[in-house]
Amino acid sequence: MSGVRVLVGTRKGAFTLESDGKREKWDVNGPHFGGWEIYHLKGSPADPNRLYASQTSGWFGQLIQRSSDGGKTWEPVGNKFTYDGVPGTHQWYDGTPHPWEFKRVWHLEPSLTDPDTVYAGVEDAALFQTTDGGQNWQEQPGLRCHGSGSSWAPGAGGLGLHTIVLDPSNPKRMFIAISAAGTFRTDDGGVTWKPINQGLRSQHIPDPTAEVGHCVHRIAMHKSRPNTLFMQKHWDVMRTDDSGESWREVSGNLPTDFGFVVDVHAHEPETIYVVPIKSDSEHFPPDGKLRVYRSRSGGDEWEALTKGLPQQDCYVNVLRDAMAVDAMDSCGVYFGTTGGQVYASKDGGDNWSAIVRDLPAVLSVEVQTLK
Amino acid sequence: MIRVVLPWHLRNLARVDSEVTIAVSGQVTQRSVLDALEEAYPVLRGTIRDHDSAKRRPFLRFFACEEDLSHESPDAPLPDAVVQGKEPFLVVGAIAGG
Repeated sequence: MSGVRVLVGTRKGAFTLESDGKREKWDVNGPHFGGWEIYHLKGSPADPNRLYASQTSGWFGQLIQRSSDGGKTWEPVGNKFTYDGVPGTHQWYDGTPHPWEFKRVWHLEPSLTDPDTVYAGVEDAALFQTTDGGQNWQEQPGLRCHGSGSSWAPGAGGLGLHTIVLDPSNPKRMFIAISAAGTFRTDDGGVTWKPINQGLRSQHIPDPTAEVGHCVHRIAMHKSRPNTLFMQKHWDVMRTDDSGESWREVSGNLPTDFGFVVDVHAHEPETIYVVPIKSDSEHFPPDGKLRVYRSRSGGDEWEALTKGLPQQDCYVNVLRDAMAVDAMDSCGVYFGTTGGQVYASKDGGDNWSAIVRDLPAVLSVEVQTLK
Repeated sequence: MIRVVLPWHLRNLARVDSEVTIAVSGQVTQRSVLDALEEAYPVLRGTIRDHDSAKRRPFLRFFACEEDLSHESPDAPLPDAVVQGKEPFLVVGAIAGG
């Protein structure tokens, strides 16, 4: 394998960080779309030169950018996201019905096999799809029109569909997560959806074990075990081994089980990573120490990874889409902070260093392993 | 020809200089100017007006001849000076921090 490309979305533009297989020296390219919020950018697994970016602004709305040369040049494609039919209402913060309104694209998930097919998770929560490289976007209304849709309520950051996980063994199966509705699964390519939140327990909702209403922050899968998912919920780290039919808590000895990111080692499906954050009231690491926690047992037992990370006076956050891994022989782990640092470990988390320290606040990190 | 001044980000997006000049057929109104602008620069669709409702985005304003026309009807005629090309139609982004 010849190199790694890290795709970084920030509050004020997109950056690409590139290195050869040694991952010692990095070229920092950007900002692309300077001044715009880049919630997420991601490359196609089927064509690594094909990238998609969600470019958004409070002034000018939503744009989607596409690159066909690995991020060197970009072209705007379709930006019309119209809900299917009469969108109806979801629940507002005060409990009243609120019309569904498109605000932005939180997450772009390219198809595993077709560079022109991409799924988009948006706020207010819905799933859109393009099959023509982003020129046209159609909602998959089965999700939003699930019977529970009118009861979905936004988290503090909005009613965002922020996680899309494609099952590599079954093209009809997909998992998504919404703050603050929970996790859903389709087994028929998006026509119908099922809430899969049994086992989640959230004290901040009237019925802590409700079918929907959970503030799921992120879910992750190892491609070799598509029935196993790991979840960082608002509070609690969870896992399922039956495709979401039931979840159990694996927070174990974490110093706090609040956080946003969770990811899985590229070659070890029981090795997982989280970044504990002090609480939902204080979005920074406990004790001013930035620590990644690794479990080699799929949860419950965790070890702190600190070498190369600041261990005093550190009060950054790591947002839900801001961790990723590469697939080099020695798995690389990457995450970005709201302080603008992008940290990398080329040895599975044992040692860390900052690729770049002073970017705008990082919203998302994705990694491409280039052959 | 109608002169239109766009905010910096939209100039970059449309890859134009400080001012664009567009032909508008029929009555010159906010709607007809913006329709012609979007026809000439499709990338601007959805960035000034909402795709579906065609309403002005909340953080943008429309100025001309030292007047704020943002709350005028989109079908109201624009000032003669704009129609005659003596004054530009300005799309202005709200000043806001962050």
